[in-house]
Amino acid sequence: MNKNYMVSLIAVIVLFLIAYVGTQLGAGVQMVFGILVPYLAVALFVAGFIRRVMGWSRSAVPFRITTTCGQQPSLPGFKQAKIDNPSTTFGVVVRMFLEIVCFRSLFRNTKMKLHGGTKMTHQLEIFLWVGALAFHYAFFTVVVRHLRFFTEPVPFFVTILEKVDSFMRIEILYDAVQAGLPGVYMSGLVLVAAAIYLFLRRVFIPQVRYISLVNDFFPLFLIIAIAISGIFMRYLTKVDIVAIKELTMGLVTFRPTIPDGVSYLFFAHMFMVSVLLAYFPFSKLMHMGGVFLSPTRNMTGNTRQVRHVNPWNHPVKVHTYEEYEDDFREKMIEVGLPVVKMPEEKA
Amino acid sequence: MKDKNKILAGLAIFIVVITFPFWFNLGKAAPAPELELTEKAKAAKTCVMSKEFMTAEHMQLLDVWRHNVVRGGERMFVNPDGRQFNMSLSNTCLDCHSNKEKFCDRCHDYASVRPYCWDCHIDNPKGE
Repeated sequence: MNKNYMVSLIAVIVLFLIAYVGTQLGAGVQMVFGILVPYLAVALFVAGFIRRVMGWSRSAVPFRITTTCGQQPSLPGFKQAKIDNPSTTFGVVVRMFLEIVCFRSLFRNTKMKLHGGTKMTHQLEIFLWVGALAFHYAFFTVVVRHLRFFTEPVPFFVTILEKVDSFMRIEILYDAVQAGLPGVYMSGLVLVAAAIYLFLRRVFIPQVRYISLVNDFFPLFLIIAIAISGIFMRYLTKVDIVAIKELTMGLVTFRPTIPDGVSYLFFAHMFMVSVLLAYFPFSKLMHMGGVFLSPTRNMTGNTRQVRHVNPWNHPVKVHTYEEYEDDFREKMIEVGLPVVKMPEEKA
Repeated sequence: MKDKNKILAGLAIFIVVITFPFWFNLGKAAPAPELELTEKAKAAKTCVMSKEFMTAEHMQLLDVWRHNVVRGGERMFVNPDGRQFNMSLSNTCLDCHSNKEKFCDRCHDYASVRPYCWDCHIDNPKGE
């Protein structure tokens, strides 16, 4: 038992119940959860995101603090690591692209181990990288797929993605268990599996558990709950999709309505998504925007080629040696100190 | 800082991308599809199950029907009211709902669903 994840778990369960039970009370409450809360959440998300990034844009970045992960440009005989120690903008662009798309810095994760008590080894530990890739790509696919509820007609890229995502077919048809119809989306299952792995990792690895806080567990539980409620609606307790699309289309065309026959589970699903959106700009989830601004990755490591002057350096009043000698030349000669420039009458 | 413009440009792109559903549907009303029932369907009043069940679960029911017919050789479906139906898409479903374009397709297109019924079945077995 750990209060950090228990608090998060209870918070998510309470949020679910608020919407699930609340919307059973009547049409007025459904208006709140189906119209008011989603609009507020989107507004908070956009405004909060802008505010946060604008705050970052004002931050001082006086020095090049690039992490160099390879040979810097040097004498002709040494081959430069052009991506891992970029000295050109192109190198930085490639490095940033690979970082954002492939999470290369997570791939470099190593585990330290002692063998026989004295011999220390570092070994590659790629499971965080694998879990993170699976999680982020599955989440991205799920988000894009959901555009089918927010566009009419549904654009081609959503349709193509749906086809690819539902490539595998599973059909289980027993009297007790019936699953597999409509077509199974891989992304949803991968999302839940990866999120659960990322949670278990925080619980079972002692060092990671020690640094895991409520604000690490809460979004994980929230995303797991959103994904599971979505999977329930699709495969187990079927819902009236057309009524739901009528509601979501009402939201995006600014003609909000609450049609009949929208299930309570859907309101709970949408409420949790709204909470996630509203929570986003105030949380660690802002790494979505932050990754683009990582100062150790998005700058060229060219400190040996270009002089970078701190832009707000106060102009320093300099008194050079030549000026010093001009001030004290006679006195220096009197006591026999060597001078660079001899006075003219003595020359 | 000199990077401020780049950050603003990135932020602007992000806002345009995430507000895609709002500007994509701008000025378009997307009302829920209206289904047209054939005279025969209107006369029958109820489907093989209740309307609420059929709206949400018809795909599951059809899948079970196919399974029972193809794998089990079983053709008779008895609904909770005790009425019997032949488990057949072409002969039972399409008997009443012979207007696929105005019945099946309207919701499927709206919800971007592509059922694979029609990979094997022809949609108008009576040739009307």
